[in-house]
Amino acid sequence: MNAPTAGLKSAPISPLWELTLARLRLFFREPGAVFWTFGFPLLLSVALGIAFRNRPAEPVPVAVVSAELERSLEADPQLRPRLLGESEAREALRTGKVDLVVLAGPPIAYLYDPARAESRLARALADAALHPRGAPATIDRPITEPGSRYIDFLIPGLLGMNLMSAGMWGIGYIVVEMRTKKLLKRLVATPMSRAQFLWSFVVMRALFLLLEMPVLLGFARLVFGVRIVGSIALLLGVSLIGALAFAGIGLLVAARAQNTQTVTGLINLVMLPMFVASGVFFSTARFPDAVQPFLRVLPLTALNDGLRAVMIDGAGVTGIAGQIALLGVTTAATFFAALRLFRWR
Amino acid sequence: MPSTPALRCEQLVKKYGDLAAVDGLDLEVDGGECFGLLGPNGAGKTTTVEILEGLNEPTAGRVEVLGMRWDRDERALRQRLGVSLQETHLPDKLTVEENLRMFRSFYLQGRPIEEVLELVGLSDKRASWTERLSGGQKQRLAVACALVSDPELLFLDEPTTGLDPQSRRQLWDVVLGFKSRGRTVLLTTHYMDEAERLCDRVAIVDKGKVIALGTPRELIASLGAQQVVEFVTERPLAPDGWGGLPSVRSARRSADGIALTVEQLHVALPAILARAEPLGLTHLSTHQASLEDVFVHLTGRHLRE
Repeated sequence: MNAPTAGLKSAPISPLWELTLARLRLFFREPGAVFWTFGFPLLLSVALGIAFRNRPAEPVPVAVVSAELERSLEADPQLRPRLLGESEAREALRTGKVDLVVLAGPPIAYLYDPARAESRLARALADAALHPRGAPATIDRPITEPGSRYIDFLIPGLLGMNLMSAGMWGIGYIVVEMRTKKLLKRLVATPMSRAQFLWSFVVMRALFLLLEMPVLLGFARLVFGVRIVGSIALLLGVSLIGALAFAGIGLLVAARAQNTQTVTGLINLVMLPMFVASGVFFSTARFPDAVQPFLRVLPLTALNDGLRAVMIDGAGVTGIAGQIALLGVTTAATFFAALRLFRWR
Repeated sequence: MPSTPALRCEQLVKKYGDLAAVDGLDLEVDGGECFGLLGPNGAGKTTTVEILEGLNEPTAGRVEVLGMRWDRDERALRQRLGVSLQETHLPDKLTVEENLRMFRSFYLQGRPIEEVLELVGLSDKRASWTERLSGGQKQRLAVACALVSDPELLFLDEPTTGLDPQSRRQLWDVVLGFKSRGRTVLLTTHYMDEAERLCDRVAIVDKGKVIALGTPRELIASLGAQQVVEFVTERPLAPDGWGGLPSVRSARRSADGIALTVEQLHVALPAILARAEPLGLTHLSTHQASLEDVFVHLTGRHLRE
C-alpha cells in the first residue's frame, strides 16, 4: 500500500530514542559537563593518590639539646635528631618542624603534643632508643599489598561520588533549566509521553555509567594498580542501582524548583553532607557512634559501602543485600514522589 | 452539514487571586480562517491562548477545540495542534534539524523535515546550532517545530515581537502559506499591521474581554471615517468644537496635539487649516485609519503603551 500523499509520510522514529539522543548530544557539546563527569574524578584520584601514596617510612624529626642525647637517638634509623638550643627547639616543635623535643635530665623530659599521632610516635621511638630493652619476641610484617592502600579505599568512593553528582547535576539542574527556559511547557504542548521524557534521563544515566565506570576504574588500574576483587557484573549492578537512586533524588529536587538558583541550593544541601559523611575520602567510622545509624541510611554511604565490599573484599550479592535494598527503596520512593510533585509548566 | 468551529470558548474566566486575567471572554474561530487576538500587553491574550492550548486551566467557562475537550481528549487533540509559545528557549546546542527531528518524533504523522525546513526558509541552516541563529531564524525554527506535525490548527503567540521588519515579513509568508492549505490559525499580536495583513477576523481584547470583533476592514469602517488627521499648534488646544467641522467624525487629544477622524480628507482639510493656522500650526500629518485608531477610539489608550 502506498502512502497517499507525501504530507502523510511518517518516519518511524522512537521519541524515547530521540529524547535520549538529545540529552547525549547536549552533554557532549558542553565541555564543562564532560570535564566534571570524566576529567575531574581522574584528577582527584591522581592528586589524592600522590598526596597519600605509600612511601618508605621517613625518619621522625626530633630536637635535642645535648650532643649526648643526639648520639643516643641517632642509633635508631627511624629517628632524625637535630641539636638545638632549648628555645629554638621549642620553636621548632611549635611550628611543626619537629615532632618532639628531648630535654637533658635528669629526669629526661619529652615535650610533645599528645593529640598528634606523629608526636606520640616520636616520643615512643625516642623512649625506646634511650631505654633499650633488648629485642622483643615479635616480628614485623609491613603491608603494602594492593587492596589495603589509601588509593584502593579512595577509588570506589570517587566512583560513588561521581554517580551522585552526575545524577544530581545531570538531571536535577538540567530539568530546572528546561523549566525556566519554558522548554518543558513547549514539550508538554506536544503529544510527547511524559513518562518517556523522564525515562530518557534514566536511559542516559545508564548509558553514561558504561562510560564513567571503565574510564575511572581503567585509569585506577593502569596508574595505581587498583584491582577489582569481586565480580565486575555485580559492581556494575551496584553502580546502576546507585545511579538510579541519584537519578530519582535529582528528579525530586527538580520537581518544583522554578529557577536554577533554587535547585543549585537544593543540590548542594543534599550532596554536601554525603560528600563529607558518606565515606568518600575517609571511613565513616571516624564519626562518633551516636551518628552512625544516620550515616548508614544515607544513599551514598550505602553505595560506597557496596562498591568497596565488591571491589576490595570480593563480596557477593548476599554480602551487600542491605545496601542494594536501601538503594532500591530510595529509587522507588524518590521516583514516586517526584512524579507526584513534578511541575511541567 | 453544520460545520464545527475550529475553536470555541464561552464565558472564559481565569483568576489569579482577585485579579481576573481573563474576564468572561467569548470566541468562535471557523475552520480555515486566520483569527487574531489584538490587544496591549497584559490584556489577557496569552492566558487565553494557553487555556485554548490546554496548558492552563480556566477558573470558569467552556472550551472546545476541533470539537473536542481538553479534559476528555487531550491525547488526540495534541496530535492535531501546532503550538508556538510566546517564548521558548530551544536547546542551544542542538542543530536546527535535530530540534525538528525530536519534535517530529512525538507525532504519529506529519510532514517530512526537509519540507518544513524549506517552508520556513531554514534549509541552509539545518546543521547550525540553535544558539548561532538570529532572532528571526530562531522564531521561524519555533514555528517550524509547530509545523512538523502538519497541524490542523496552529497557535502563534506574538510570533514577531522583537523582530526586524524583514524577519517579520518572512514569518508572515510562512503563516499565509500555512493558511493557503486550508488550515486554521489563531495568533495574538500587539502589532496592528500584523493583524491587518494576516487575519481574516480580529478580536480586540482589553482587560480580559473582547471589546470589538470583525474583519479588519469592518472594524476600521466602524470608526465611520477612513482618515486620521493629527496636528499640533503653538498654544495647547482642547478637542471641543473640532468635531463639528465638515466631514470630521470625532476629535480627541493625541500625544501632543489633536487627532481627528475624517471621512473625506479634501472636504475636511481646508476647514481644519483655516481654523488651526491662526493658532500657530506647527505640525500636521494624515494617515489611513488603522486598527490602532480603532483601539484608541474604544479605550482612549494606545496598543503599545
